Amino acid sequence: MEAVMALAIGVLTGSGVYLLLRPRTFQVIMGLTLISYAVNLFIFSMGRLKVDSEPVLVPGIASTLANTADPMPQALVLTAIVIGFAMTALFLVVLLASRGLSDTDHVDGEERDE
Amino acid sequence: MNELFALLDRLLEFSMPHLVAVPILVPMLTAALMLTMGEQRRRAKSTLAVVSGLVGLIAALALLRWVNAPDTGDGPGSIGVYLPGNWRAPFGIVLVADRLSTMMVALTGVVALAASIYSASRWDRAGVHFHPLLQLQLMGLNGAFLTGDLFNLFVFFEVMLAASYGLLLHGSGRQRVSAGLHYIAINLAASSLFLIGAAMLYGVTGTLNMADLGQRIAQLAPEDRGLVHAAAAILATAFFAKAGAWPLNFWLVPAYSAAVSPVSAVFALLTKLGVYTVLRMWTVLFPADTGASAQFGQEVLIGLGLVTLFAGALGVLGTQRLANLASYTVLVSAGTLLTAVGIGQPAVWAGALYYLLSSTLAVAAFFLLIDMIERWRNAGMSIAPHEFSGNAPFLTEDLTPLHDMNLDDDAQALYGRAIPAGVAFLGLSFVGCALLLAGLPPLSGFVGKFAMLSGLLGAPDTGNAAWAFLALLLLSGFLTLIALCRAGIRHFWTQPHAAIPALPAIEVLPVATLLAACLALTLAAEPVMQHASATAEALLRPQAYHDAVLGARQIPGPTQREGTP
Repeated sequence: MEAVMALAIGVLTGSGVYLLLRPRTFQVIMGLTLISYAVNLFIFSMGRLKVDSEPVLVPGIASTLANTADPMPQALVLTAIVIGFAMTALFLVVLLASRGLSDTDHVDGEERDE
Repeated sequence: MNELFALLDRLLEFSMPHLVAVPILVPMLTAALMLTMGEQRRRAKSTLAVVSGLVGLIAALALLRWVNAPDTGDGPGSIGVYLPGNWRAPFGIVLVADRLSTMMVALTGVVALAASIYSASRWDRAGVHFHPLLQLQLMGLNGAFLTGDLFNLFVFFEVMLAASYGLLLHGSGRQRVSAGLHYIAINLAASSLFLIGAAMLYGVTGTLNMADLGQRIAQLAPEDRGLVHAAAAILATAFFAKAGAWPLNFWLVPAYSAAVSPVSAVFALLTKLGVYTVLRMWTVLFPADTGASAQFGQEVLIGLGLVTLFAGALGVLGTQRLANLASYTVLVSAGTLLTAVGIGQPAVWAGALYYLLSSTLAVAAFFLLIDMIERWRNAGMSIAPHEFSGNAPFLTEDLTPLHDMNLDDDAQALYGRAIPAGVAFLGLSFVGCALLLAGLPPLSGFVGKFAMLSGLLGAPDTGNAAWAFLALLLLSGFLTLIALCRAGIRHFWTQPHAAIPALPAIEVLPVATLLAACLALTLAAEPVMQHASATAEALLRPQAYHDAVLGARQIPGPTQREGTP
């Protein structure tokens, strides 16, 4: 499971960084989205990967991390998802404004001669 | 008078620790209230913004008094800890008001108040929701300065950034949207790095409380140390992007010079927030006495700071536009501060903290002043025609003077004409800003640089880095002076139209206030330096910070009082 998780995070980050460095605004926003997915998975995995245990306390079972999943990264990831989502929406608006003002979807607002 | 202070101290004692949350809550509630008001009620909104700014500033000054006064808290250097959720420190979020935080909050209060007064003159009409965004920005800044929890710091960073995106785009236009696009992209990427670093630190140490992190890192097994170092490096990259450290600062100049001037004045605080977080995290996580991890990354910090300082100084010299010039001086001060932080000597830190206050106030005043100068020069327009094409102000692309520029004074006899008061104000303020930014006597810029230099020379082991810093500090001051002299000559001594500037009192007041604050810093240099030295000593020994944060007791709730012990 660790290997699958690590591969998933790695592939998402790699594609995200590649897209982030592309010259089109839509590619940049896709790159940032993929990176934020990778980051969210990473935060989640920092609470150690565990199958079939809940982040809540059950009466009669000792409340240690051996018996429950770590609830903290799950709370963090929730916050990170919400903030990331809002920021992506905001970036999308700026992207459209830039497209409208400059008539191009190049990140610099003007086409480069190559 | 003493009785008045004694009464004030008792009042402060009564209001603590709740007073710590006031600089965050006041702007938040003000912003919420403003959002319910229609866009046409601008006068009411700007009045509200000024009132909220005043209340925030008074709260910040009261905190500053509480931290320093001998009769409040645990005497001088007491640390106010507020538990917002009433959970004890490692488990719940804490707000911590120590000397460093309260100083930064008070600085934020002064600059934000000046910016909101200035914006009431005209800039708040350039778009919608200016004042609520400024208040949210203020909330994010104050929260980031006061929080004692790493993840909470991330949240306040995002609040501040979200507001700054809106403020940067205020007024719209192609230049601002283009600069905003880059600014948002780099900050989203930096936020991802912040999250990765924070998550790694949590994964290794199992805590996000800064004070607790410091203790856990000191006790860490050697095999986990590499992970912590990697996490700290990733976190630092995010902070460097915000502070404007060299390879990560190419967004800064276009963004700061494209923003409307009261926004640029507030943005001068954002890089200082980056420097603050570097200083805070570095001293809390890797203090000098924690063995293997002590002062991890010092070389990188000094190196990046020096390169930033050098690049900023070259930029100052190479630019012709006033707004770009001011943005490059932001970089110069960021580089200076990062290097001074990296040197790791308390005497240098004390000088750097004083310099931070002085340079932030001066840059903020300079941004506001530039707006007035540009409007005077361009006969009422805020942005000159040449600004759109990227040309130099009074030269065409092939560096020949524009036709309407009066290079010699044959047109008018100069004697016998009194200098109009408006020009005198602009000119004197410009000279004041130039002295402050270049660090020349007699103003506070000089005192700050002098304190840093004397700290460097008095330090026990001055290596090559200290000498390089000393040389670059003097060189950057010299280059700034040349650039500002040139700009002053261009803008004040060659007048194409010679119209008398119309300066509304509401625009003169904030600039005059910021410069007067610098003057007050110069006159009251001794108490301010004492505060800065005490702050630096406390940063060197974070044990008091640990004890205060982890020792904060929760207030028992109504149900707890009887049953549970």
